[in-house]
Amino acid sequence: MKAGGEELSGESGGRAAFRQKTAEIVVTAVFLLLGAIVIFDSVRLGIGWGDEGPQPGYFPFYIALIICLSSLVNLVRALLIPPQKNNAFVEIGQLKLVLAVLVPTSIYTALIGWLGIYVASILFVGFFMRWLGRYAWWKVLAVSVANSVVFFLIFEIWFSIPLPKGPIEALLGLN
Amino acid sequence: MDEIQALMQGFEVALSYRNLALMFVGVILGVIIGVLPGLGGANGVAILLPLTFAMAQTPGGTTSAIILLSCIYWGALFGGAITSILFNIPGEPWSVATTFDGYPLAQKGRAGEALTAAFTSSFVGALVAVIVITFLSPIVARFALEFGPPEFFSVYLLTFCAFVGMSKEHAFKTLASMMLGFALAAVGTDPVTGTLRLTFGSTHMLAGFDFLIAVIGLFGIGEILLTLEEGLAFKGASAKINFGVVVQTWKELPKYWRTSIRSAAVGCFMGIVPGGATPASFMSYGVAMRFSKDGEKFGTGQVEGVVAPETAAHAAGTAALLPMLTLGVPGSPTAAVLLGGLLIWGLQPGPLLFVEQKDFVWGLIASMYLGNIAGLIVVLTCVPLFAAILRIPFSVIAPIIMVICAIGAYTVHNSIFDVWMMVVFGIAGYVFKKLSYPLAPMVLAIVLGDRAESSFRQAMLVSQGDMTIFFSNALVGSMTGLALFLLGWPLMSLGIARLRRTLT
Repeated sequence: MKAGGEELSGESGGRAAFRQKTAEIVVTAVFLLLGAIVIFDSVRLGIGWGDEGPQPGYFPFYIALIICLSSLVNLVRALLIPPQKNNAFVEIGQLKLVLAVLVPTSIYTALIGWLGIYVASILFVGFFMRWLGRYAWWKVLAVSVANSVVFFLIFEIWFSIPLPKGPIEALLGLN
Repeated sequence: MDEIQALMQGFEVALSYRNLALMFVGVILGVIIGVLPGLGGANGVAILLPLTFAMAQTPGGTTSAIILLSCIYWGALFGGAITSILFNIPGEPWSVATTFDGYPLAQKGRAGEALTAAFTSSFVGALVAVIVITFLSPIVARFALEFGPPEFFSVYLLTFCAFVGMSKEHAFKTLASMMLGFALAAVGTDPVTGTLRLTFGSTHMLAGFDFLIAVIGLFGIGEILLTLEEGLAFKGASAKINFGVVVQTWKELPKYWRTSIRSAAVGCFMGIVPGGATPASFMSYGVAMRFSKDGEKFGTGQVEGVVAPETAAHAAGTAALLPMLTLGVPGSPTAAVLLGGLLIWGLQPGPLLFVEQKDFVWGLIASMYLGNIAGLIVVLTCVPLFAAILRIPFSVIAPIIMVICAIGAYTVHNSIFDVWMMVVFGIAGYVFKKLSYPLAPMVLAIVLGDRAESSFRQAMLVSQGDMTIFFSNALVGSMTGLALFLLGWPLMSLGIARLRRTLT
């Protein structure tokens, strides 16, 4: 899959990956689920009137009730979307671009814990520039390393806020 | 004139070299943040907030910290106009109306004029709002000193009902997203009894959801994903402002004084009422179109069409700090982040601030005058520089912005779990934005949830569960009544529209 590239920009009229209606229904379902979870825990904590006034579950219970009721209205409204107005929520080309950012971002977040934020950032920025921007390797290397060095100077040296570091910083004695 | 005297003392605080330098740093950072996609006033301030923790511990440091952060906000407000006019990309929701006439002007090669008009009217709008803050906020604060839990709860109620009544999104979507914010705020320790709620045994959930993480995810990551969909390249008009154009535009601007006054008034009013900046800019654009003698030419590139929304948006954005300072109720997401900052530095926003932290409050208000002057100077002189930032290819700037967001999320609590939460909020922000679930009420609910709940429960304790306490005197009754009116407004307007249709 070669998604992205500056030349792919602004592609329109592609096939829909999801339609508006599907997306609306999924989101209301998530809202209903979250509402149900909150109601469940509120009931456990007590939703009535205790010795110290309203019990801990009192306020969240009614909040969750409003979540569920308004989500039901939204669900009905979503179900009533006529087919001709059921536009694409996201087109396949767009979804590819979004995933092309979202997946590396998740990997990046996982790498932070393992390699530390500076090395992970070099890989992340480098990956983007090489894969989506197709820059020459020396440019990729220069920008991604410079970026991490600048952040290192700002956070560790200037503001003395320690960010997560990994084995490579330990090797360089930067901890 | 106590206010004038207090303000003069404020200027003494704000006019130190350190604070003046911070003002310029803040404004420049703010403009950059406002220009970059994915970074705006709210999440920009949220990301930089942890950097001020150390600063706030030094004597007089809280004032310096708030000056830095508020100047980032002014800078971001100015920066929004640059992207709207040159690139047709509104940096903030309230810059949308600026694109209507700003971008056509730029396409005609009159970008310099449009930018000068936008910056100058932003400045005028902010100035009017700061004057309003100077004289109105001590009165509001004095008034609010008498507030008890029922009054505070009715203020919160009014804030949230105003969102339902005035947002252009569907009322039930506003309600759902707002209540989700309240539910997220409820996670963690119960503010009254200390019981753990909704944590389901997870240690990560003990402290609850931090709204800073939500802001960085919802507005930062979500915005980048949306920008990405539109394509990776920005096509923009070139920006050149020289002194001649500035002077020429300034000569032309006074003839729009009527529009300026109207827009500033609309902006101040809508800014104090929460959630107002975006409707304010649209409303004042619409009003200007109706009253201007060139009304039918609006949208084709009229300077007046830039003046109106910019004045209103900046006035509203500034006036949003009035309820934040005096009542502890922020009027916009960025004001909410600033409020979060105050809490972290150990200051209690609300009426007592005007009694106990005079130097802080008046230093901040004085810095609003100076910061906006600094902002005007910076943007008028450096526009080409800032526009050049937008020409950095997206495949370079996007990952760097993501890294900045990740660092910002991490530094809030030094937790990698927060970075994951940021990604989750980012996806939510993307989906919500596409399905027009409004984000601002959700963020405000996460910030205010605990305090709204506490004041509600304290009021209930006082009245022994009797809801009529929210109507027990004229003040609290009128606020609750107005809140309920705003809450019911979408239904009423629907009914009126239907009635009108059946009558005609």
